[in-house]
Amino acid sequence: MSDDLVLAVDGLKISIATDDGLACVLDHVDLRIPRGRIVGVVGESGCGKSTLVRAILGILPRAARVERGRILFGVEDLLRLSQRELTRRIRGKEISFIPQDPYLALNPVFTVGTQLLEIMRWHAGAGGNGDMGRRGHRARLVQLLRTVQIPDPEVALERYPHQFSGGQRQRLLIAGALACRPRLVIADEPTSALDVTTQLQILRLLRDLANRFGVSMLFVTHDFGVVAQLCDEVMVMYAGQSVETGQTAEILDRPRHPYTQMLIACHPDRARDLTGIPGTVASPLAPPPGCRFHPRCPSARAVCSTARPGAVVEAAGHEVSCVLYHGPVSHV
Amino acid sequence: MSERMILEVEGLETLLGGERRLLGRARPPVRAVAGVSLALRENEILGIVGESGCGKSTLGRTILGIQRETRGTIRLDGRAVSGLPPREARRARRDIQYLHQDAAAALDPWWSIGRSVEEALVITGVGPRAERAARIDRMLAAVGLEPALKRRYPHELSGGQLRRVTLARVLVLAPRIVILDEPTSGLDLSVQATVLRLIRELLAEFRLAYLFISHDLSVVRQMCDRVAIMYLGRIVELADTRRLFEAPAHPYTRLLLAAAPRLDPGQDLGDIPIHGEPPSPTAVPSGCAFRTRCPHGVALCAEALPMLEPVVDGHEVACHRWRDLAATPAVSTRPAP
Amino acid sequence: MLVLKKFARDTSGMVGLVIVLATAVVAVLAPRLAPHPLDAYESHPLQRLQEPSRQFLLGTDNLGRDVLSRVILGARAALTIAVLVVAGAMVIGVPLGLVAGYHRGWVPEIIMRVTDVFLAVPQLILALALAQLLGPSLKNAMLALTLTYWPFFTRIVFAETRRIRVSVFVEALQGLNAGALRVMFFHILPNAAPPIIVRATIGMGFTILSAAVLGFLGMGATPPDPEWGLAISESRQYLPEAWWFAAFPGIAIFLVVFGFNLLGDGLRDVVDPRLRRSR
Repeated sequence: MSDDLVLAVDGLKISIATDDGLACVLDHVDLRIPRGRIVGVVGESGCGKSTLVRAILGILPRAARVERGRILFGVEDLLRLSQRELTRRIRGKEISFIPQDPYLALNPVFTVGTQLLEIMRWHAGAGGNGDMGRRGHRARLVQLLRTVQIPDPEVALERYPHQFSGGQRQRLLIAGALACRPRLVIADEPTSALDVTTQLQILRLLRDLANRFGVSMLFVTHDFGVVAQLCDEVMVMYAGQSVETGQTAEILDRPRHPYTQMLIACHPDRARDLTGIPGTVASPLAPPPGCRFHPRCPSARAVCSTARPGAVVEAAGHEVSCVLYHGPVSHV
Repeated sequence: MSERMILEVEGLETLLGGERRLLGRARPPVRAVAGVSLALRENEILGIVGESGCGKSTLGRTILGIQRETRGTIRLDGRAVSGLPPREARRARRDIQYLHQDAAAALDPWWSIGRSVEEALVITGVGPRAERAARIDRMLAAVGLEPALKRRYPHELSGGQLRRVTLARVLVLAPRIVILDEPTSGLDLSVQATVLRLIRELLAEFRLAYLFISHDLSVVRQMCDRVAIMYLGRIVELADTRRLFEAPAHPYTRLLLAAAPRLDPGQDLGDIPIHGEPPSPTAVPSGCAFRTRCPHGVALCAEALPMLEPVVDGHEVACHRWRDLAATPAVSTRPAP
Repeated sequence: MLVLKKFARDTSGMVGLVIVLATAVVAVLAPRLAPHPLDAYESHPLQRLQEPSRQFLLGTDNLGRDVLSRVILGARAALTIAVLVVAGAMVIGVPLGLVAGYHRGWVPEIIMRVTDVFLAVPQLILALALAQLLGPSLKNAMLALTLTYWPFFTRIVFAETRRIRVSVFVEALQGLNAGALRVMFFHILPNAAPPIIVRATIGMGFTILSAAVLGFLGMGATPPDPEWGLAISESRQYLPEAWWFAAFPGIAIFLVVFGFNLLGDGLRDVVDPRLRRSR
């Protein structure tokens, strides 16, 4: 993996055994996160973005099976590491997570300080840079809270989660995510439960922290508008396949893949008439062969149903997986 | 769109909480709606925009009638229908129906959707059964659902389908006004587009009028004829949609427009300053409620509550300093598509 | 049906179901299953206190009656008491809980305080008091048990109704101007059913146990009823030599109560509206 990448997902394919059969949740996902950049993953429901996040964090359900692919973090393939290694070294420390709902992610019966300090001490003790001691951790935490703009950090540590507003709780979670100086932060729709103005404040905070600490970010969302505001690059997913990747401005300006084009056309800012995308997403239990979008694609050809098209580089850093761009067809 | 007002609301106030208990102290009531006046014309879509705590949901429920207003009048087609307890209010305001934000939660999970839709008719006393069935089938077709779905249960349907079911349930009662509470929340973008289109078609087909409550400015811009911006229980700006997006007068409106995510390749996080967070309605600042976050506040703002004044015909704003601010350009917004 | 399929995976629940069904079958067919059905009431002093043998599989009691037959016949009494008491408690308790949970103001206060008063009365003490007043009998025991069990239902139904009442779909129904009765009985009750069913099932076991205790104290069933608790009471003076006299009715009580408890736990997981499918 090149030195500029902090994470690279190659050809990931994951299935999950369910009561109704085998669900091919991810069919072929490629993702590259360069160092210090914010990469967005956009997709509608059923696209598999939650599974992708869980795969990176190593918290896939027991019924899930990785059929193919690698997740390279540094020189290691995360999929090959044991749960023990993931828990001690990676999760919370090298790769941390900001969940969607700040109301549910904090334990209501412990003070904020107790919860955040616990994270720090746990990781520090487990083979980190040595235990800084309780006071050292606390001082660092206060500094972090100041960085995320929580007023009166010393007092804040003694408060309980319900005493904070939604935006403040999200800041606390961000502080917790940064506590151990991770290389990669995964944010799963961290602002969808927040008001528009609070959302902008949080997005600005994330941008600022990414710039200041050189942290890379993976930002999962369904909102293209937020991607436009925050993300440097974006990967578009459909039904478990990555369909297009590139610089945000480029993709918004000239989307290549028919799905991306139709999706952007649905956005109220662009839509002249409200047509939507005909059809529905196929269930992962019975996915269409080849390119999974072909049943709904106006430009579909015969070859689209035989095999998934490989990615083609259209412009600098802009890749599309669609036969329309004469990509080599990979026989999967 | 006709000029006739089918709904007129004057000085509406709703206090929440403050129940007396048998033992223990009473909690002080919260003024969720603090003096709202608006009018809705036939075939019009009036958007109500605001962040959490602004009172838009309470306003919707008060106009509907399940929440009793504390003060103010509501007129339906000129008839006064305010000052009634919930059940009578609902009877008097039968022409107003409500679409909940969470369509899945708005349906009883133990009832098939066919029976849920039918129940609306049963409660109103429409019979016999054959006639109900006919109306239901017609309405399901109008919202784009197959009649076979009648036997399904809510958990077997998708978000878009559930939204259509709840639409069918209220429309089958032939209302004239529908209050839509965030009708696209939780829906994928592609499904959202079809639902919004459906909502537009139904407006024309059944000659309805909508109160469109939303926080999504892009959707509001696309769908609404006029927009009211709410902050802490009051309307702070009211204008035709185009005018509001092109020449917002109130600092809060400007803030919202700048903060709202837009699908603009050149967009960044902007530099408009945002101070603080939406305050809680339990602690409303004196004078103008927005002054704690407003970069243009002066002494007057803390002393006197600004009332709605006309900017031009059809555009009202509640701000002491709007004339000064009109001189400075607002954040540039893209022209409407 | 999807419900049965899901339930079948819960081993302990299935075991409970099997036990309960078996008990029900035994109760219904009791006279046919018992090898000496007349031993419900007849006595044969010459055969008293015989060890388990081929003729009397579980031995005989102090009046020479076949213990196996009396245990089988006892199942009838046990199930009858359980069903009547629980049904009675539900008929009183559930509507009270619904009304208390749905309304605000003084109505729920009164209902819940009355419920609290009844909850404070210990079941057995009330049963003894009634026995003193009206004379000991199975009917009075059932009355006492019903009067002390209904508050359990009221409390659960009250809590569930309070919870469901603020659901979005109830608000939607109010928007449609649905009346209180409709909302309470057609909408809130089905959604509150899971804990009610569980409480009812476990209550059956609990009632059988309580009835046995009352029978043991001589405040419930009276001789010569083949009730299990009564049998244990009668067997006391013949222990430890005639162990079979006490053991088998005791095992019967244990098994049936255990079965109901397992069934109740299994049902809790299964009563879920998402298992309903369109036909």
